[in-house]
Amino acid sequence: MNIEEYKRPEPRQPEARLSEWFSPTKRGVGGWAFLLHRLTGIVLVFYLLLHFSVLSYLARGPEAYQAALQFLDNPLFVALEVALIAAVVYHGLNGLRLLLMALNLGVKQQKAMFWVVFVLSALTTLVAAVYMF
Amino acid sequence: MAEVTFKIYRYKPGAIDPPRYDTFKLDVEAHETVLDILERLRLDDPTLTYRHSCHHGSCGTCGMMVNGKEVLACVTRVLDLGTETVVVEPLRHLPLVSDLVVDMTPFFEKYEPIGMPYLRESEYLPEGQPPPEVGTYMRFESCLECGLCLSACPVVGTDPAYLGPAALAAAARVVQEPRGQDVARVLQMVDTEQGCWRCHSAMECSEVCPNDVDPGGMIMYLRRELLTGKTLSGGKR
Repeated sequence: MNIEEYKRPEPRQPEARLSEWFSPTKRGVGGWAFLLHRLTGIVLVFYLLLHFSVLSYLARGPEAYQAALQFLDNPLFVALEVALIAAVVYHGLNGLRLLLMALNLGVKQQKAMFWVVFVLSALTTLVAAVYMF
Repeated sequence: MAEVTFKIYRYKPGAIDPPRYDTFKLDVEAHETVLDILERLRLDDPTLTYRHSCHHGSCGTCGMMVNGKEVLACVTRVLDLGTETVVVEPLRHLPLVSDLVVDMTPFFEKYEPIGMPYLRESEYLPEGQPPPEVGTYMRFESCLECGLCLSACPVVGTDPAYLGPAALAAAARVVQEPRGQDVARVLQMVDTEQGCWRCHSAMECSEVCPNDVDPGGMIMYLRRELLTGKTLSGGKR
């Protein structure tokens, strides 16, 4: 091939993928904290929609709302509520950790702070589960 | 010495496309690094491409993924990895040129406008008395411009417009030690949606940084600088 005719092949461009957030190849504790924060955040958004849909039964009268509450009063939904408490507590406490970090406080201790958040979330969920079941 | 299986990522536009993994079994000595192995493999297959220069972790050119984590291949001993199979892949979030070689242009496009700080006052030998003609002891900046942080950052993976950890860490260095640069201009550059506020504090950049730049910590430093500056000036910097 004549060198003047040579055309360098185009590099393969990286694709921006939302799945990058959920990649299982995490390099440290901070990466796992980030992944859990994303997941619990998504759970909370869906819960909010579910919460509004349950509340909407109020517009159909007290009987309809009571019926909806009775439908939800079974072990499956109680288990889901316990999972919800885990998501709320983790997301809230880790949010405080992120807030401190954004103020440049405790950045070097961010891993220890994650474990504090994790243990507190687990304990709170455990107490809630014992109380609710 | 131990036998190790290597799975090497191969890709050449138009030639090895789609990409594949080539597998090799080699006896590895305790002192051998991933870069040493690539050089051995290249003797048999000269089409294997990778980038390297100094062989001692100071040029930052041999950044790649080894077993799913960003490393400098020249200072990563194979047997220290502790796995029977070692998977070698190119850095992520950068255009792939060939095999393990990525195009660093997007990295420098974000890094250069900050001002590319490359010298700093040395924190070593604080008790030392430099000769009069030297003034103060200087050293090179810690950042090797290897791109490992860019590859590890989950936000860069979802948003290519994000300035990224290396450029933001460089901006923080300008703020800490301006050396004649316009600090206000740099702070304005990073005080944007795609600047230091885009970071989600996963700290993966600091986890893989081979030279303790701590880009994640530097981004938090910038945030505090901006927040305190705005607080003190009633919301305007």
